[in-house]
Amino acid sequence: MDMDTIAAVATPMGEGSIAVIRVSGADAIRIVDQIYRGKQQLSTVDSHTIQYGKLVDPKTDEMVEEVLVAIMKAPRTFTREDVVEVSCHGGFVSVQRVLDLILENGARLAEPGEFTKRAFLNGRIDLSQAEAVIDLIRAKTDRAMKVALGQVEGKLSKLIKSLRQELIEAMAHIEVTLDYPEHDVEDFTQNLLMTKCREVETQIGRLLMTAKQGKILREGISTAIVGRPNVGKSSLLNSLVQEEKAIVTDVAGTTRDVIEEYVNVRGVPLRLIDTAGIRETEDIVEKIGVEKSRQVLQQADLVLLVVNFNEQLKEDDYAIFEAAKGLNVIVIVNKTDLPQHIDMNEVTKHFPNQPLVMTSVREEKGIEMLEEAIAKIFFSGRVQQEDMTYVSNARHIHLLRQAEEAIREAIVGIEGQMPIDMVQIDIKKAWELLGEVIGESVGEDLIDQIFSQFCLGK
Amino acid sequence: MSTTYEGGNFDVIVIGAGHAGCESALAAARMGCDTLLLTINLDAVAYMPCNPSVGGPAKGHVVREIDALGGEMGRNTDKTYIQMRMLNTGKGPAVHALRAQADKFAYQHEMKKTIENTPNLILRQAMVDELIVEDGVCKGVITQTGARYTAKSVVVTTGTYLRGKIIIGDLQYESGPNNMRPSIRLAQHLKELGFDLVRFKTGTPPRVHKSTIDTSKMEIQPGDEEPRAFSYETTEAIKDQLPCWLTYTNPETHELIEENLHRAPMYSGQIEGTGPRYCPSIEDKVVRFNDKPRHQIFLEPEGRHTEEMYVQGLSTSLPEDVQLGMLRSMAGMENVKMMRPGYAIEYDAIVPTQLWPSLETKLVEGLFTAGQINGTSGYEEAAGQGLMAGINAARKAQGKDPIVLGREEAYIGVLIDDLVTKGTNEPYRLLTSRAEYRLLLRHDNADLRLTDIGHEIGLISEDRYQRFTKKREQVEAEKERLHNTRVRPDNEDVQSVIRETGSPELTEVIDLAQLLRRPELTYDHIHRISPAPEELSAEVREQVEIQVKYDGYIRKSLQQVEKVKKVEEKRIPPTIDYHAISGMSKEAREKLSKIRPLNIGQASRISGVNPADISVLMVYLEQYHRVLARTSE
Repeated sequence: MDMDTIAAVATPMGEGSIAVIRVSGADAIRIVDQIYRGKQQLSTVDSHTIQYGKLVDPKTDEMVEEVLVAIMKAPRTFTREDVVEVSCHGGFVSVQRVLDLILENGARLAEPGEFTKRAFLNGRIDLSQAEAVIDLIRAKTDRAMKVALGQVEGKLSKLIKSLRQELIEAMAHIEVTLDYPEHDVEDFTQNLLMTKCREVETQIGRLLMTAKQGKILREGISTAIVGRPNVGKSSLLNSLVQEEKAIVTDVAGTTRDVIEEYVNVRGVPLRLIDTAGIRETEDIVEKIGVEKSRQVLQQADLVLLVVNFNEQLKEDDYAIFEAAKGLNVIVIVNKTDLPQHIDMNEVTKHFPNQPLVMTSVREEKGIEMLEEAIAKIFFSGRVQQEDMTYVSNARHIHLLRQAEEAIREAIVGIEGQMPIDMVQIDIKKAWELLGEVIGESVGEDLIDQIFSQFCLGK
Repeated sequence: MSTTYEGGNFDVIVIGAGHAGCESALAAARMGCDTLLLTINLDAVAYMPCNPSVGGPAKGHVVREIDALGGEMGRNTDKTYIQMRMLNTGKGPAVHALRAQADKFAYQHEMKKTIENTPNLILRQAMVDELIVEDGVCKGVITQTGARYTAKSVVVTTGTYLRGKIIIGDLQYESGPNNMRPSIRLAQHLKELGFDLVRFKTGTPPRVHKSTIDTSKMEIQPGDEEPRAFSYETTEAIKDQLPCWLTYTNPETHELIEENLHRAPMYSGQIEGTGPRYCPSIEDKVVRFNDKPRHQIFLEPEGRHTEEMYVQGLSTSLPEDVQLGMLRSMAGMENVKMMRPGYAIEYDAIVPTQLWPSLETKLVEGLFTAGQINGTSGYEEAAGQGLMAGINAARKAQGKDPIVLGREEAYIGVLIDDLVTKGTNEPYRLLTSRAEYRLLLRHDNADLRLTDIGHEIGLISEDRYQRFTKKREQVEAEKERLHNTRVRPDNEDVQSVIRETGSPELTEVIDLAQLLRRPELTYDHIHRISPAPEELSAEVREQVEIQVKYDGYIRKSLQQVEKVKKVEEKRIPPTIDYHAISGMSKEAREKLSKIRPLNIGQASRISGVNPADISVLMVYLEQYHRVLARTSE
């Protein structure tokens, strides 16, 4: 409602090679300027110009994206406020990273239809469009509600509810000592409060970690199939794809010239990198196999390294072994239907601790073993899918970050020996933000809690 | 009703002379209105039918606010208390709260005297039966004895008198508080006018004879050695204070209650009214919290010239014999003599969402209500509303816009906004936790928040206002000085003061404000390091210390206020037809039509109105204004 600065992805998700993130409000230029590195500061450039530069995370100075930034100053903009439009690569990951960065630096995620609403409220849109705006808000809100509800059902919701319950019990206890100072309730000690806050901080932190893991589930583990030409990469790929028939998306990121394919292996989503490259090198340009392998390895979380059972290891194999060193590798010895010429000792010597699978893709042997090996790597690691609570909605992540921040401020307050009623300001804020995640209103909850938890009266 | 006669014409008539009515009438008269104050019994002016105390968390804040606006409760308490305590001193300044044990008889007499000596104000004993309402406008009142009084505005403050009913065990009878006559006909009349009434319940404990309690078996609860005052005008403290005494219920008490539960009206279904959760009867406490082995019982003197003691914590409507048994089961009360039994009282209140934030009713123009009739409980809550209703009734009579206090301005603002926006389904009590900007609504800064308003409406004298502005300037100047004065680590005098507090020594140059923010240091330390150029009063020093020390948190709260302010400023025309707005949920439309909020901020606080509804409403309002602008061109 208030006219703070808002941001959202303005282009349809995952459908274009370029995505646009729109930021609108009085602080739009300042916010993007904080994370932008280019020839000029955005605050100094002319209105209605486009700048080329990089976005960095100001905390780490790490480069996040190459971007084009359009600066449009009020009032000649869609919303009649200062507007910045950031164009970046259209892949889901990059868009999300850019949006996250903008939100972390002071913008608020826009509500459904909010840009249009502002455009209208600031007199940009004609009267005849008012009805449409209302419908838009309604429709988008309903849909967003449904999506959001789907998101927070089950474990996430339960977890946040229990965190809120922890907080509200502590808050009620504190409030009682404030509002009924002569009542025989023991003071909620700073120590006890500190323990509670730390607990909640840890839990929220854990949830935010799952945001990353949830991202893996959503976006897939980037997986490279490497090996010198003619070891059977292409047929392995086909077999994985055929086996599951579960291609999630097929996003052509034209700016990068890479084609990504998604397959789902026993619940583990793999994002196969450079599948076009595999097909090309296999069938057409065999020579560049090694070079290409080196390149894709850079981006891979998981490496499926294929060697030929039927041939002795060659110089190219060793080169790839070298490149894959230290990565998360599954070694696949393919073509077991043919006579053995490979020295298996050499292979295990290079990858003593990595899983090794013998396959014959042609005879469809060993594929199951491979799938098991993939699933094992994923699930035996940090992530146990069954018990996991994932946070993936950008709005939720944003709210959780703010809640984490509020709890941290509460902790700082306790450490600074601030009076408990002031620390309570931050605790209450954290509690409210957590409530926003699961759509629980603030209302009379606290007062209800006080009276159900404590016996008070005249 | 007997034959009527013309009783006279006034600017403002106030019905009821309890804590709400007294403030209303005094404010209206002091604002220059010819004011008539009517009450059923002249001996019950400013009567305290329940606990003999004023103040405490949130409530004490309200008394300070009343004083800063030019009301009477603070002054009247300061003149008559028997004990004064500052509560919560171990906590932050926002929750420090002054609480007085009142001499309820002296309180009454002092208030009555003030009223009698106020120009423009007539106090008269009368039972009002009807309001004179013509074309939806209130024009006056008619009393049981036939007097027709006319006025430009009328304030109704009926407390628990409205269709009141006392219940003790299986005994019930129509009555106001403490056997006063109830107001029956007026309740019926309000219903006829179309008001929604609800039935609420409250209660009071028995009173006992002081000479029959053994205080050696109880804990003493003395007053403060240096009693503070509610009023910014009070200069002399009452040093001669009386103590209260603390004892406890025990398993024997609880057993007695449980054995007699079937005789408790709350459980036998005789009581239909909704009681407050924060003020349960002892039988309620024992049932709901049956794992608690004991409950606190405070014995509080009802005044200096009486032996009656109020038994705080033992509110009950159990039969008289059970009450006596409960009293005698407690340590130090073995031989106690009960002087009055406790009782429950049921009464009518109006649904407060029928009011504008000015406390004028939406149904009848020129009619205002305040106090328990609006669903609240507590003397202070009543007085706060009474003051605002009186101010706004007077302003109505004078053709001026109402004064509405914001939630960020005063607990009185929080109280009234809660009532008129959310309503209440139990007698409403203020708590500091109801205020979202608690840190801004402190006991210490009530004058800084509200004296300007009190002065502007004519309730704060020129002399007092001068003193106030001087204080405000001194606070600002001293804060400025602390920010601009630096101290160096090579200053041994500074380091030795710091060492003394246990705070780490300076390692770099810092300003005095930064130094004061250290938890170990107070303003007095700063004063020793670098005294202010002029002698500053204790109030100024306190204010500087609080404002500097908690600057970070205060600023955080101010930012929140700033964010909300924009929507508070977006006004909604009262004529708007919510049913004509498409895209809004049915619940939101109904609620908004009923509450008719004055601005977007108030609208967004109504339960059942969600952010999407507010968005739709804002878009609709914009459209509405444009159409209006176009048609007027």
